[in-house]
This record gives sequence, C-alpha cells and structure tokens, in this order.
Amino acid sequence: MEKKLPKIEIIEKYCKGCHICVEFCPTKVLEMKGFYATVKNLEACIKCMQCELRCPDFAIKVITE
Amino acid sequence: MAFDYDKYIRPGKLPHIWCPGCGHGIVMKGLIRAMDTLGLKKENTAIVSGIGCASRLPGYIDCCTLHTAHGRAAAFATGVKLAKPEMNVILCGGDGDGTAIGGNHFIHACRRNIDMTYIIMNNYIYGMTGGQFSPATPTGHKASTTPYGNPDPCFDIAKLAIGAGATFVARGTAFHANQIDKLIVEAIQHKGFSVVEILDDCPTTYGRRNKYKSVIEMMNRLKEVAVPVKAAEKMTAEQLQGKILTGVLYKEEKPEYTAEYAKVIERAQAK
Ligand SMILES: Cc1ncc(C[n+]2csc(CCOP(=O)(O)OP(=O)(O)O)c2C)c(N)n1
Ligand code: SF4
Ligand code: SF4
Ligand code: SF4
Ligand SMILES: [Mg+2]
Repeated sequence: MEKKLPKIEIIEKYCKGCHICVEFCPTKVLEMKGFYATVKNLEACIKCMQCELRCPDFAIKVITE
Repeated sequence: MAFDYDKYIRPGKLPHIWCPGCGHGIVMKGLIRAMDTLGLKKENTAIVSGIGCASRLPGYIDCCTLHTAHGRAAAFATGVKLAKPEMNVILCGGDGDGTAIGGNHFIHACRRNIDMTYIIMNNYIYGMTGGQFSPATPTGHKASTTPYGNPDPCFDIAKLAIGAGATFVARGTAFHANQIDKLIVEAIQHKGFSVVEILDDCPTTYGRRNKYKSVIEMMNRLKEVAVPVKAAEKMTAEQLQGKILTGVLYKEEKPEYTAEYAKVIERAQAK
C-alpha cells in the first residue's frame, strides 16, 4: 500500500527560526535552511503533528487528507 | 486537515511580537484549540489580561478582549463576569503580572470562586521589562535585579491558587503543547475559579542569564522536569526530587460567586 504523505507548509513570513520544529521532529523530517525551517525528508513524516503544535509562530502547517 | 488557527486570529495581526522560541505563542495556540473544541462564540467570550509579554495575548484573538492595567486582569474580569454571567471569561497573563503586582487580585479571585479561567504563563521572570526577578523566579537564579542569584524563595503558583481557594487547578508546560488545550478545556468547563499554570520559557531575558544555550535547552528542561500526576503516584520521594507535577492537580465543587450573588440580588429585591 502506498503511504499517503502530508503536505507541510512553512510560512516564512511568520517563521522566526527558533529551531523547535526541527529539533523535536521524531523522524528528522525538517531542517534549518538559513534562517527558516524547511522540509528535508517528507517521506519520513509520520504525521504526529508535533511540529505544528509546538511552533510558537503559527508558521508550520501539516496538511493531511 | 491542518487546524485552522486563522479563523480565531484578528486579520493582519501575525507575526506576533513575541521573541523567537517564546512559549507564549504555544500557549495562545492551545487556548485557540480549546476555544474551538468547546465551540465558544466570539461575542460570548471575553479574554482579559494585565500587562507584560504574556498579557499581549488577547490582542491577537478575534473575540471580546480587554487589555487592562498591570496586575488588574482579575478585577476587570470580575466586573465583566458579574455584569454578564452568561459570558465565558478567560484571564491570561504572566507570573509577574499575576503574582507580584496582581497577587492580591489573584488570591481574592480564587477565594471568591467566581466562574472564570485564569491562564498564567510562568516564565519565572518579568520578560517585557528586561528580566527583573518575579515572585516565581527560583532561589539562586539570575535576573537583571539579582545578578548574584536570587535570595528569595519562590511561589509555587498552583499551590498558591489551591491555598487561596481556587476550585480547579492544573499545570502544564509549553513543551507539552498537546496537553495545553485539554487542560484549558477542562478548566473552562469547571464551574468556579479555575487556574491553569503553564510553565513557559523566556529565552531572551531569563534563558541567557541562566546559562541556557538555546531555546531547545529550555524546552528540554521543561520536558525533563514535568511528571504527570498519575505517574508521580508510583514514584518515590527520591525519584520526584526536582520534578514538577503536571496535569489536573486539584478539583472540588463549591458554591460559585455569580450564582451566590444572584441570590443576594433576589433577597434584596424581595424586601
Ligand atoms: C503599574 C505598572 N508597574 C510596572 C509596569 C512595568 N511592567 C510592565 S510588564 C511588567 C512585568 C511583566 O512580567 P510578566 O507578567 O511575568 O510577563 P512576561 O513579560 O514575563 O510575559 C512590568 C513590571 C507597568 N507596566 N505598570
Ligand atoms: S508531523 Fe511529526 S513527523 Fe511530520 S514533520 Fe511534523 S514533527 Fe516531523
Ligand atoms: S517552530 Fe515555527 S518559528 Fe520555529 S523554526 Fe519551526 S517553523 Fe520557524
Ligand atoms: S522577552 Fe521573554 S517573555 Fe517577552 S516575548 Fe521575549 S521571550 Fe517572550
Ligand atoms: Mg513572566
């Protein structure tokens, strides 16, 4: 069965580069690229929503079906 | 689908003013999810704050809001609730606002058991004004006004609330984001004065003075010190050394103030 991947949206206008989402993603999906968080390895995402819950800046959205 | 926070944010208000990694944003998101879970209507919900970084919260949320004087959220909120007992009244603010200048209002709101929910963001410091110590700054820790270490013992805010008569008291942390909305939902549903203390981080004025190298270190500390009340029951006193209990810490049913006040009005009018 093919795994359904979410869409992860990072709103750079809101991101303050705090590293929280990157550091606490259990499967290392995200990384910092310059100042902002970015998606490095979407395949590994387990849709746990931890990044979205913890981002203090409303800057990350994990869009699932 | 991703949760739609935009529905609750005043248009054009983001990005907010809080520093990178400041937990106040995480708490605000928890409150928004709680409002959504309970289906609170904006015209029927008032969020009231004092002064401080934490107290900037109501400015972002699209409902009835009051940004009042330092430490006075409880006084203004009491006015709102007594005039309109059918409204959901939520107070929010920091440890400085709520336990220093506003300490008196805080304990008396607890004592009255008026049906409101107080979210207190405890980052152990006066963040907004540059990091002066607050009554919640732990002994020995550094603030701009205690550069050699704070000699004062600190308040345990949740215990203070219980001692003063609050009938629902819970504690969470900014790291445990998933729990914040659940605690707030329970607090709002409780009939009486409910207090939700959220252990928070201020990397800018507290973290850097107290040798935290990053926001991540501060978050890791919250992760490590927190022990859910249920888990604590099975732990020894030794294992609980330096830990902080989280979850619902206290709950009791007691007469609620607006209901009691309505009876006073009835008695007076019957004369
Ligand atoms: C009457 C009065 N005294 C002092 C101040 C200065 N002041 C503004 S915010 C603040 C402390 C805020 O600390 P806290 O409530 O912990 O919020 P934080 O900024 O840490 O989120 C103080 C002392 C004020 N605004 N009004
Ligand atoms: S949803 Fe979970 S696994 Fe996916 S990026 Fe966010 S934190 Fe990582
Ligand atoms: S948690 Fe939010 S603000 Fe912080 S780096 Fe990630 S997206 Fe940016
Ligand atoms: S000074 Fe501290 S409390 Fe205020 S916004 Fe910055 S990190 Fe948050
Ligand atoms: Mg504070």
